[in-house]
Amino acid sequence: MSKCLYLHFTTETNRKQYIMGHNLSELKAKQKTLQSWSYVWHPIEKGYNNRTLYINVGNCEIKEKPVSQQMKDKFVGGKGFGLRLLWDATTPTTKWNDPENEIIISPGPLGGITQYSGAGKSLVVTISPQTDSIMDSNVGGFFGPFLKFSGFDAIELQGKSEKDLIIFIDGVNHKIEIIEDPGFSVDSHIMGEELTEYFAEDEKDAKNIGIVSSGAAAEHSLIGMLNFTFWDNKRKMVRLKQAGRGGTGTVFRNKNIKAIVAKIPGVQGNLNNVVDLEKIMTVGRDYAGEMRDLDDKQNQMKKKGTANIVNVMSDYDLLPTHNFKYGTHKDAIKIHSDLLRDKWFTLGINDGCWIGCAMQCAKGADNFELKTGPYKGSKVIVDGPEYETAAGLGSNCGIFDYQPILEANFYCDTYGICTITWGTIVAFIMECYENGIINKDITGGLELNFGNAEAALELLHQLARGEGFGIIAGTGVRQMKKLFVEKYGADPKFLQDIGMENKGLEYSQYVSKESLAQQGGYAMTNKGPQHDEAWLIFMDMVNNQIPSFDDKANALHWFPMFRTWFGLQGLCKIVWNDVTPADNKLEKEPHKIPKHVRNYLAVYEGVTGNKLDEEGLIRQSERVYNFQRIFNIRRGYGLRKHDAQPYRAAGPVTVEEYLSREERYDKQLKEIIGFDPQGKSVEEKMAVLRKHREDQYEKLLDAVYERRGWTKNGVPKIEHLKNIGMDLPELIEVIKPLQ
Amino acid sequence: MKITLNNREEIFTSDKLTIAEIMDLKKFTFSKIIVKLNDIFIEKEDYDKTFVKESDNLIILHLLAGG
Ligand code: SF4
Repeated sequence: MSKCLYLHFTTETNRKQYIMGHNLSELKAKQKTLQSWSYVWHPIEKGYNNRTLYINVGNCEIKEKPVSQQMKDKFVGGKGFGLRLLWDATTPTTKWNDPENEIIISPGPLGGITQYSGAGKSLVVTISPQTDSIMDSNVGGFFGPFLKFSGFDAIELQGKSEKDLIIFIDGVNHKIEIIEDPGFSVDSHIMGEELTEYFAEDEKDAKNIGIVSSGAAAEHSLIGMLNFTFWDNKRKMVRLKQAGRGGTGTVFRNKNIKAIVAKIPGVQGNLNNVVDLEKIMTVGRDYAGEMRDLDDKQNQMKKKGTANIVNVMSDYDLLPTHNFKYGTHKDAIKIHSDLLRDKWFTLGINDGCWIGCAMQCAKGADNFELKTGPYKGSKVIVDGPEYETAAGLGSNCGIFDYQPILEANFYCDTYGICTITWGTIVAFIMECYENGIINKDITGGLELNFGNAEAALELLHQLARGEGFGIIAGTGVRQMKKLFVEKYGADPKFLQDIGMENKGLEYSQYVSKESLAQQGGYAMTNKGPQHDEAWLIFMDMVNNQIPSFDDKANALHWFPMFRTWFGLQGLCKIVWNDVTPADNKLEKEPHKIPKHVRNYLAVYEGVTGNKLDEEGLIRQSERVYNFQRIFNIRRGYGLRKHDAQPYRAAGPVTVEEYLSREERYDKQLKEIIGFDPQGKSVEEKMAVLRKHREDQYEKLLDAVYERRGWTKNGVPKIEHLKNIGMDLPELIEVIKPLQ
Repeated sequence: MKITLNNREEIFTSDKLTIAEIMDLKKFTFSKIIVKLNDIFIEKEDYDKTFVKESDNLIILHLLAGG
């Protein structure tokens, strides 16, 4: 490329300092292609290529696999395809770091359309190093659509290379190349730039490159994530979106894949060859109109991104503070979302992570000067913070200052670790530190009290360097609980109560204590406690819309199934509910945003030509959801005991927590439980409250399992699989002994 | 006064409050809400003009946030 791209660096000095201590032509000269495989490109038919791409990085085998009609009917695409391929590729005992484990990336049949907002998502599926079970992660950016436009509905990566590799999907010349890494950088903000410059013909061509990469910390931890680039045409920069949860980046680096690059000739109007483009455009225009007219009065997604709710969560006692002890804090005002809008984010710029997204919530902070770490002094763009990042790296660690939050956000991204996971990990460590479970001798001198932003950042840099206590932090909360008990004599019961993980995955950033339904929304998830299945806190705690167990069970059926559907299709869940149509209040079930559900049915029909109603939509998800549950069972998980939650997700573990909501808890003891708190010690009251809340959760499990067609042990019933058309022999074989 | 707020009994010390004042007291700051007083929709611009009285049934429905 004749002209340098400026990507994450905002000055030429910065760029020169960091981009390549090498020069691109030198790298090109060193390029060693290990395998090259040509394919015949066909136009996409109604959202499908009808084939997937298989690459074994261990022996450089590359081939295509046909997609059968049954695969489309039962698994749809996206996460469904990922699960099907992973099931077939692995055995019940495959470990995350075995060569046969795979990383599958699949965008789904609606993925890549540009006429309806939020259609650039893909799903990453793998066996997780954190949970030893099935992980899925939904991510934006250009790679998913570009993979599809190159000719494949999914990429399946298996094997383990001895040397670092770059995989190049050349959708222009229709060939796949496996290249030995000639020496690209490791951290994503630089590698994204280097690879864009390396593979693009010129600056104009940069928009046709989509990259998947990880970073230095992924190499030393179990919590590595994957960055997916998107080209920011206004800034002329590569930006990053993350497949964050569950260690996908760790698996990627364990296979010695440094990056995957997809290159296409360009994005045009109807590359998906949809059946009825006008139908999609009609609802797409309508939705864009809602964003234009209503966003400023509603969430201000275009100005604040998802972080608009930081202060809202604090107002409702839902913002995790000090390792989820509290839901609000006197200093929460210092991380009010107005500050992001007024001080940090660049406004008036198109921040969509895929073409045509009217929501444009992928906000960025330009010219951010780093104060620590290997890039200290550089001015960079920070992608975010999103809500989860602000809460995780901020309030949950007692840090109420956007400067260190943005700094940690940047480094988590470029080092390739998940901000949600890291936030919950550091918060846990800080509580252990303040309780004397660990001390300065153990942390190598780091004083990891709540609020110590400097120490938290240093811990992150240690992890990237593969040093000191950072390595321990990078193993995650579940492993640390074990270590602290075995090595430092911690009380296992206390750590079980305060360690915010379920199934081995750290909680995302909402306080679920006062919403029983959300406790289920977290701990009954297939992959672990992420809010992308169900966010029911307002419906339950504030609106009191779902008071009975049946109501909650219905909500814990409909919402997880509805939201699973986005991951099958290649859609963004934010678009569904973060702007509300003006006449939404007139709908019978306004909380489902029914007009947007109807939009999705229209888009689906417009792309595939197949009619779908709401019941059919839920059915598509139910099949895949149950498949994933049984996949977990096949691996020795997925039962009732695996849906248990740490008590802090349900109630106050410590006296100070109880006292912070004493009035509320005393009232509940009296009015709901029939226990008079008068004259009782806090410990006595806590014990009664705990018993009640734990009982309630068990009753919730019963109700939800029943609603989902599962046994009391959480195993899908054969009858139910028959009813939903998912009674595949391989599934029956797994669950038959457990009926 | 005693009213029903989101299907729960709620007691306020004052006998005369507007919807805006109740939202203030409850710290209901979320922007995407639907308000119904005794089954009648109340528009945002009327929150500070509409009074709630003893035994009224007030629904302040918060739409989804988060995630
Ligand atoms: S809503 Fe935000 S995250 Fe979703 S596709 Fe649009 S810009 Fe990306």
